[in-house]
Amino acid sequence: METTEVLKNTDATQILEINFGPQHPSTHGVFRMTVQLDGEKICGLKPVFGYLHRNHEQIAENLPYAAIMPYTDRLDYVNALANNFGYALTIEKLAGFEVPERAEYIRVIMAELARIVNHITVIGFMLNDLGAFFTPLLYAFRERERILDLFEEITGSRLMNNYFRFGGVKRDLTNENLAAIQKIVSKFPAFLKEFEALLTKNEILCMRCQNIGILSGETATNAGITGPVLRASGVNYDIRKVDGYSIYNRFDFKIPLGEKGDVYDRFYVRVLEIRESLKILEQALTKIPQGEIINKKSLPLLKMPRNFKPPVGEAYGRVESPKGELGFYVVSDGTPQPWRYHVRAPSLINLTVLEEMCLGQKIADAIIILGSIDIVLGETDR
Amino acid sequence: MNIFGSGVFQGMMVTLKNFLTSYFRKPDEGGIFTVQYPEEREKAIENFRNFPFLVYDGSPEQIRCVACGICERECPPKCIHIEMALDVVGKPARKPTVFDIDYGLCMNCGICEEVCPFDSIFMDHAFEVTAPERQISLVRPKKALLKSNEYFQKIRPTLAAVIDQKRKTAEEKKKAAIQPPATSESK
Repeated sequence: METTEVLKNTDATQILEINFGPQHPSTHGVFRMTVQLDGEKICGLKPVFGYLHRNHEQIAENLPYAAIMPYTDRLDYVNALANNFGYALTIEKLAGFEVPERAEYIRVIMAELARIVNHITVIGFMLNDLGAFFTPLLYAFRERERILDLFEEITGSRLMNNYFRFGGVKRDLTNENLAAIQKIVSKFPAFLKEFEALLTKNEILCMRCQNIGILSGETATNAGITGPVLRASGVNYDIRKVDGYSIYNRFDFKIPLGEKGDVYDRFYVRVLEIRESLKILEQALTKIPQGEIINKKSLPLLKMPRNFKPPVGEAYGRVESPKGELGFYVVSDGTPQPWRYHVRAPSLINLTVLEEMCLGQKIADAIIILGSIDIVLGETDR
Repeated sequence: MNIFGSGVFQGMMVTLKNFLTSYFRKPDEGGIFTVQYPEEREKAIENFRNFPFLVYDGSPEQIRCVACGICERECPPKCIHIEMALDVVGKPARKPTVFDIDYGLCMNCGICEEVCPFDSIFMDHAFEVTAPERQISLVRPKKALLKSNEYFQKIRPTLAAVIDQKRKTAEEKKKAAIQPPATSESK
């Protein structure tokens, strides 16, 4: 009876529920959204995750502290160095290790390079979702490749770096490495200029992105959103400035902010953040001192990781990963394995506002909104 | 003045410029740097790490590994399995009879290389590892893992030079430690 009435009214359509993903190229991995559609409009959306669950936290609780480091690479596999950084900071806090000056500089240089890699990858893939099929993505990948080659030379691996150690880093940067980084840094602005000429004023991109998926600053703060997504909504919050962890308080850089909090702002904040990262890199490269790359106290640890028993206690270390606040919470009971190990993954928490952003938008926009949040399923599902 | 469509046009000019210049620019400056993989190969980067292998000096019997089992214990995914060899009396011979690495489990982290006190296990450059299935074929026995020191020197010259120097000085020290009592006896 009811359905015939609805069908009589020509304006009304049936609510259609579709499953978007998990095997869909635009979901950036194995991620599913249950979307309720009224025509083309979204009237309900439920993110479903857990398809890539690998029991990361439980595995870590059965491993010695140093052996967890390679596993953290597998969280956010686009920028493994930021994960290494967060975990190393936490354990240093727990065990009270100091980091030598040179190692701090190397850490900042590597973390900022990883941020550039992450941001250009995200922008490329977001545009891919938008329909700019592979041209901008491959331009971005061309530049990414140079940095990844450098990572391979320094850390031994392109993606799964496993480079940071408690109290320092694994391998020193040679003068050739520093020169190579300098070359990348000096060449990058030209690429960014080209990239911006290609994209930022493009009418199609503007029409697709502006006023789409608006996230207000208030909602973002209440939901605990961090990273570029929060800053695009106009909230000035960057852990590099707030905590000033490592040596970030020594560098002069700005925090780019968005106005509206739409998809375009989230895209453009990332472009601006790359520029700020380049600024940090330039300063770090001129200031980097000579010296040790690892704390003497933690040197024996490298040869015998199993003997490392941090004092009883707990520590929470956090870094501004390119995706947001990446936190590691470790509780030690004085044994070689952590008693509790928890990861606060920015991708997972940033996903919680997806429905809010998508309501009332078209189904095609849901894909770019998801792309603009920048999720990596390795980190979301752990 | 912003005419509608000028942004798209500007973008098209960028792609056109890239399309044309990619043919005569150097690969380093924006040209094509695609490598036609099976026929062409990039020069391997020295620090690149893949799966572990075992080093021997001279002949495969002179294996550096003494089966101490440190790498077996420290390996995060537990992909190494070692069994100590026994001599005729039944005493441990400080050599492995079984040394298996499951390449299907190994995650190329390089911890075994870092913790090894005898400089015997290192990360290889060979990345073309295929198998019809992942259970049995990817478990590499000792025979398949053994590679000569010359091979190691070839793939990682800088590290190999440092380690060879270290081993040489250690050997000389050992000899010097044995010599003095011998000379005092002769007096």
